[in-house]
Amino acid sequence: MERSVIIAGFGGQGVLLAGKILAQAGMDHGLEVTWLPSYGPEMRGGTANCTVVLSDAPVGSPIVDEPDAVIVLNRPSLDKFEAAVAKGGTIIVNASLIDREVERKDVVAHYVPINDIALKLGDARVVNMVALGAYLRATNTVPLDAVKQAMARALEDSGKGKFVPMNDKALDGGYRAVS
Amino acid sequence: MAERQLLRGNEVIAEAAIRAGCQCYFAYPITPQAELLEHMARNMPRLGRTFIQAESEVAAINMVYGAASAGVRTMTSSSSPGISLKMEGISYIAGSNLPAVIVNVVRGGPGLGNIAPSQCDYFQATKGGGHGDYHMIVLAPSTVPEAAVLTTLAFDLADLYRTPVMILADGLLGQMLEPVELPDPIDPASLPRKPWATTGAVGRDPNIILSFDLGPENLKRMNETLQTKYREIRAREIRYEETDVADADLVIAAYGSTARIAKSAVRMARAEGLKVGLFRPITVWPFPYDALRAVADHVSTVLTVEMSAGQMWEDVRLAVAERAATPFYGEMGGVVPTPRNILDEVRKHAR
Repeated sequence: MERSVIIAGFGGQGVLLAGKILAQAGMDHGLEVTWLPSYGPEMRGGTANCTVVLSDAPVGSPIVDEPDAVIVLNRPSLDKFEAAVAKGGTIIVNASLIDREVERKDVVAHYVPINDIALKLGDARVVNMVALGAYLRATNTVPLDAVKQAMARALEDSGKGKFVPMNDKALDGGYRAVS
Repeated sequence: MAERQLLRGNEVIAEAAIRAGCQCYFAYPITPQAELLEHMARNMPRLGRTFIQAESEVAAINMVYGAASAGVRTMTSSSSPGISLKMEGISYIAGSNLPAVIVNVVRGGPGLGNIAPSQCDYFQATKGGGHGDYHMIVLAPSTVPEAAVLTTLAFDLADLYRTPVMILADGLLGQMLEPVELPDPIDPASLPRKPWATTGAVGRDPNIILSFDLGPENLKRMNETLQTKYREIRAREIRYEETDVADADLVIAAYGSTARIAKSAVRMARAEGLKVGLFRPITVWPFPYDALRAVADHVSTVLTVEMSAGQMWEDVRLAVAERAATPFYGEMGGVVPTPRNILDEVRKHAR
């Protein structure tokens, strides 16, 4: 089994961190993983993305032609990655910011008001964890609890432990928003 | 078993160097190897070791020259344009028979190029780069765990042969995260002594380290010593990996990041029933000519794939020596081939 996901959005929406936490949770869950960022000037205010591959065998390419899923937090990311998703794959669409529907009929789209959920929880900065929660519900790639633990450790290691409860709620909020 | 950690390639090379006993690190910042320098900046002073952000790449490599002369394990790192600046110093280090480790996290070139992954510095790394009849041992990791292993090896080979060793990575390997078990720190007391080092000539005759001799006959002898050493390295230190080669009709030749992408292409090709394998040089100098020639004897095609205009391709053709077809597929300028791109090339040539 090998699963891949591209997480994409504006720089500052936390897509790289969301990918790192997913990769860490996958590794803790016993999987082989790779995390590959877009890097460079495009990260300053432009779009950023990362690719995470999770596998029960050693990962070959960290670059994927057809990801099993994409999480798009803004319109340019949907425009860029919609065509790439594998047939039967999953698209998590940030319906708060994206004003169009997915055109393809051979993928499963979940429209989640990610910013609205984050704001309702009281912190616009947790959009990345809302998005990740929605992805986990839609794909069952890694257990939610493994991701919560990886998130808590990532924040505690960088001295941001006080934000763990809010990010925990954000993961739950995204998870519950997908039926 | 050591703890599995999710770490970035650049950080892993830095931490593996620390654990291999690197006492002195000198460098000037450049993308995409910045995290390597940052890891050294955070950790070397804490351990009582030397970290200097030099005023230039030229200064950094000459500080390495000095530290290596004094007999300590030493390293510098940079990316393509910065490595070009170090070439004069590397030639002096090779000519002086000194051990040192140089890391090149290759980016798009030539000139200022860009900061995206590339393999366009293969000629510079393996064929010279600096002046004179010298070589570096050049190790090309394909994964983050392998970057740790080869960093340890780089310091050991440098000391064993008193030669500069290059770790030839690229922006993709430097930036990506992958689980890794870091090696245990070595005990510095376990390292072989360096009686040739310039440690202060108290109670002994002075040691002199030079790459210079005005007498042609003397300089010829110095060169012959170097060439003898390179023959030993060629005989003992060639490393490579073969995947699915035994029954293959087409073998992809690729190194570094490109080789791991090619591994996915091999799986996809096999799923289509194509008999495809992978030959991956781990030492690109010395290049595994004999091993690849043996492969070429039982396949119809050796397809070279690189992020360059065809640099390793020259060594592949020397090895294959017309025993098989040798097509080439390359990307340049920081464009990274995908598994599908490589599979498309395989389909063109596979039977």
